Amino acid sequence: MTLRRRTLVLAGGAGLVLRVRPAHGALAPALDEAIRAWAGTAAAPRTGRVRLEIAPLVENGNAVPISVKVDSPMSTADHVREIAVFTERNPQLDVARFQLGPVNGRAEVATRIRLAASQNVVALARLSDGSVWQHTVDVLVTLAACIEG
Amino acid sequence: MATAVRTLIHVPRPVRQGDIVEIRATIAHVMETGHRPDAEGRRVPRDIVTRFECQLDGTLVFAADVYPAVAANPYFAFDLRAERSGTLVFTWEGDRGFQHRETAAFAVT
Amino acid sequence: MRRGGRAAAAALALLGALAACVAGSAPASHTANGADTRRSGFEDMSRALQALQRDETQNPGMLWVQEGEALWARRAGDGRSCAGCHGAEAARVANASARYPVFDVETRRPLTLAGRIDRCRQRHLGLPGQGPDGDEVLALSAWLAQRARGLPIEAADDARLEPWRARGESLWRRRMGQLDLACGLCHDERAGEKLGGAVIPQGHPAGYPTYRLEWQTLGSLQRRIRGCIVGVRAEPFAPDADESLALEVWLQRRAAGMRIEGVAVRP
Repeated sequence: MTLRRRTLVLAGGAGLVLRVRPAHGALAPALDEAIRAWAGTAAAPRTGRVRLEIAPLVENGNAVPISVKVDSPMSTADHVREIAVFTERNPQLDVARFQLGPVNGRAEVATRIRLAASQNVVALARLSDGSVWQHTVDVLVTLAACIEG
Repeated sequence: MATAVRTLIHVPRPVRQGDIVEIRATIAHVMETGHRPDAEGRRVPRDIVTRFECQLDGTLVFAADVYPAVAANPYFAFDLRAERSGTLVFTWEGDRGFQHRETAAFAVT
Repeated sequence: MRRGGRAAAAALALLGALAACVAGSAPASHTANGADTRRSGFEDMSRALQALQRDETQNPGMLWVQEGEALWARRAGDGRSCAGCHGAEAARVANASARYPVFDVETRRPLTLAGRIDRCRQRHLGLPGQGPDGDEVLALSAWLAQRARGLPIEAADDARLEPWRARGESLWRRRMGQLDLACGLCHDERAGEKLGGAVIPQGHPAGYPTYRLEWQTLGSLQRRIRGCIVGVRAEPFAPDADESLALEVWLQRRAAGMRIEGVAVRP
């Protein structure tokens, strides 16, 4: 298992903080549980078909544009029923759940989310055949330069 | 004096039958997470939009269950296949009995 | 080296360093060969935020722009409206955001656009004063900024503004607060470098009022300046204080020729 290192340099040279993060794919247990509870399937969600678009480096965690696109014909026989977004380290793991159907034509949603810290963001899609697919992106959130009162 | 709720809604036009178009809706709302301390250090109570729906002539075409991690002045974009003209109705619901409704024409040629 | 000699050398070095800091540098707006080195904070942002600013169907500041457009036409108690004097869709004042601050003969002081809007509404529409971050003043400022998008900021050649510009420049270069920093130390000398992971912008006024993600709302230039001053742990100036007006005049002169961006989005 490879470890990825992140260093956070504090303004004013107060010191170096070394953070060791788990390898991509190994999410925090609470997040894993929340996803399983939503997915409701015995099998773990599969990676693929879903693309979470989010900047890997975010200047301010208060409003982060994201979009989720799912590869699906959106036909009556084969479409996306629901798209869910979770975060790993926000005070609450849920972000949003979107309900879709064939009338949408394309399974694409966009919104702006809050990220309390650098963390994994996970987007999942539940298809009409019951299968669940996911995409995880590791996002680095930087701080505002001047901290106002 | 209550100020009217502001929204920004974008429905493309012209729209031809069979086109798949993107609808965008923003509503002005503070989306207070419930985790923030006020000046005295007390937690500011949660005050968010919890649900957004779009209906076309009475049929639900998109819905979102919204949590505090959605940014202030929440924005949603989704796609819609143009089949026939109708009226789009956007509704938002939230904490403290928050409710708002907007309509827009969906003109399909 | 003898002890006395070493102390003298150290003292001279310290004095030299202090002198270099206090003297300040010329505004780094043009290089020696005349190239304009000024850049908007827009260029320091990620592509996602740039796209957000550019797109009027997504830019959260448009909530205020839309409101400002409605307010412009709205009639007050006696039937008067902004449009009644200044033209429908601000036809006669479309460049207002690029022209202000101006010298106000009535008060013999600079007048910002927000100040002008606030005063007009009180005087001619009988509405209560709000300050630059009042909701309706902000909405009208936002709409006028969007109307002036693309116009170059005017150089404000009015000689009566010169003492204010000079005072603003001197404030810009003066160290202040517990952190003992001058605006220019960051926004002239270190613009483009990083502070705590964020790129330091040059600090131009072309995108105000701005939807700042840090505020999660739209805010005025005065609000941003106040935030900066609090950020270096100094006492902020009141919005109508001489210092605030002087800083705005200086910032406008410093940004003369740069294009108005409309309502910007910034981290």
